[in-house]
Amino acid sequence: MTILTLSKLTKRYGGTTVLDEVSLDIAAGERVALLGHNGAGKSTLMKLVLGLIHADGGRIEVAGHAPGSAVARSLTAYLAENAAFHPAITGREQLCYYLRLRGQPVKQADELLEKVGLADAATRRIGTYSKGMRQRVGLAQALIGNPRLMVLDEPTSGLDPVSRREFYALLDELAAKGTAVLLSSHALSELEARTDRMVILAKGKQVAQGTLADLRSDAALPLTVTIFPKAEQAPQVAEAFPEAQIFEDRVTFTCAPDEKLAVLERIVALRGHIADYDLHAATLDDLYSHISRRVA
Amino acid sequence: MFSRILATAALEFAIARRNRWVVVSVAMMILFSLVLAFAGAAPAGQLAVDPLSVTVASLISLAVYLVPLIALLISFDAIAGESERGTLALSLTYPLARTELLLGKLVAQLAVVTIAVVAGYAVAAVAAFATGGVEAADGLPALWRLVWTSVLLGAAFLSLGHAMSCLSRRPSGAAAMAIGLWLVMIVLYDLALLAAVVADDGGAFTTDVFPWALVVNPADAFRIFNLAASGAVDAASGLSGAASSIAAWKPLAAIVIWPVLAATLARLSFQRVTP
Ligand SMILES: Nc1ncnc2c1ncn2[C@@H]1O[C@H](COP(=O)(O)OP(=O)(O)OP(=O)(O)O)[C@@H](O)[C@H]1O
Ligand SMILES: [Mg+2]
Repeated sequence: MTILTLSKLTKRYGGTTVLDEVSLDIAAGERVALLGHNGAGKSTLMKLVLGLIHADGGRIEVAGHAPGSAVARSLTAYLAENAAFHPAITGREQLCYYLRLRGQPVKQADELLEKVGLADAATRRIGTYSKGMRQRVGLAQALIGNPRLMVLDEPTSGLDPVSRREFYALLDELAAKGTAVLLSSHALSELEARTDRMVILAKGKQVAQGTLADLRSDAALPLTVTIFPKAEQAPQVAEAFPEAQIFEDRVTFTCAPDEKLAVLERIVALRGHIADYDLHAATLDDLYSHISRRVA
Repeated sequence: MFSRILATAALEFAIARRNRWVVVSVAMMILFSLVLAFAGAAPAGQLAVDPLSVTVASLISLAVYLVPLIALLISFDAIAGESERGTLALSLTYPLARTELLLGKLVAQLAVVTIAVVAGYAVAAVAAFATGGVEAADGLPALWRLVWTSVLLGAAFLSLGHAMSCLSRRPSGAAAMAIGLWLVMIVLYDLALLAAVVADDGGAFTTDVFPWALVVNPADAFRIFNLAASGAVDAASGLSGAASSIAAWKPLAAIVIWPVLAATLARLSFQRVTP
């Protein structure tokens, strides 16, 4: 079941087009990551989905309802980027407030704080919290009332590596219960195996969409092969791999993904001359910069 | 709807308490009331014979300056601050209407103003009873009138502060606008009217425009209504001569209408805010 539908969404500020005909569907239980350089339009897209700002073209539906409508709001949870809660109130007071706005019992506050690891700081003022702790208050409020759609703008910024993992575990739980998740992030490596789909924006245009495996095979990024010859055997190895760069202790070259086996066979054939070898697939960061560069 | 307004009001009141706004407002009102009660009680009117009425007469000129000031100081940050912190965007994605958010803040801040006003006047009243004995009880109706009109005056300026907060978007800008508004509406307005009356020298402006000009400004309406009702002469204002010729319902209407008008203005300004 589709929870969020964007079709040909366009947003302009003055003369500049910030979002250009972006289309996207998110089904219940699906986790979609929004990637893109600073100013690509990620936050803008999210604000449009929430009905905080209005589109200049295209259509948005949240479970069949207009963005920002009463029903859509009751179904949606949001974590704003850099939300800073009032420093004078405590984490528990802040959560009680949001619980009351959603018509939920305030006794859930402690449970939610526990979930995001703030149980000990519940009665302290938010002004005394660290950056990551403030971010967790934001996460806690987004968990209120089992939302159908979660829109999370850079939810893991400021979180330590362990907390990030816990956060994605929380997401898994929610997705398993049928919540659709749209999140943005700059930390690509952490998204691997944590999201079902990625959407990459560049200058407001949607430049790629798909699972990580799809994106990888589309980009067909070369692998990096490094061979370490045995002592005194470097010339023979270099001769067998004329395309390689020669260094003192190793030779390296790149190969297309579909040549991987052929290269391996050539390496095996040189077995007597080789001490060791490494095969590196392109990282997510390589993939991402490749895709953004392709557009530019 | 009411639960969301109440939730917002409760949070806002907690913030006001922690920010020391409650303490500061109460302290300001008490301090000035005490000064008036002991030093400024001299200019008694012909009709105001009991000591409490005398105190009330001086409290009127105090409240005209202090209540709008306190209201604006408490309210200017309401929207601009949340907008800057980024919590406004978040709150507006909740099932919370903009009207509810604004009303919640108004309720909490009006509670602060009410507490400050009541505390300040109570101190002055106690002083009046201490010096005048039971006779001071004659002034209680005037005191009660002063209390509720002060609360209404506070409500008007709280909403005006909210409007400033919406229009400027930044807390610093909102603060500047709020102080500017106070100067214009409370200080310069009266001075300009006085200057105009003097220049006009009994002409059409003085007879036709001036009485309305006095009533239209909520602070002047507040002053005139309280003075006329208590029958005291306001020594602090040169405008009192005209006050006696104005029917009491006019300033009363202004006092009642202004909070509604200002709240509407604030709501309309809020509509233009994109979080
Ligand atoms: N209110 C506004 N007025 C004018 N331009 C705006 C406004 N809000 C955003 N923009 C522009 O829209 C573009 C997209 O901004 P957006 O905040 O969506 O980027 P982002 O992808 O979230 O970037 P980041 O990764 O830095 O958070 C930027 O060029 C920004 O300058
Ligand atoms: Mg952003």
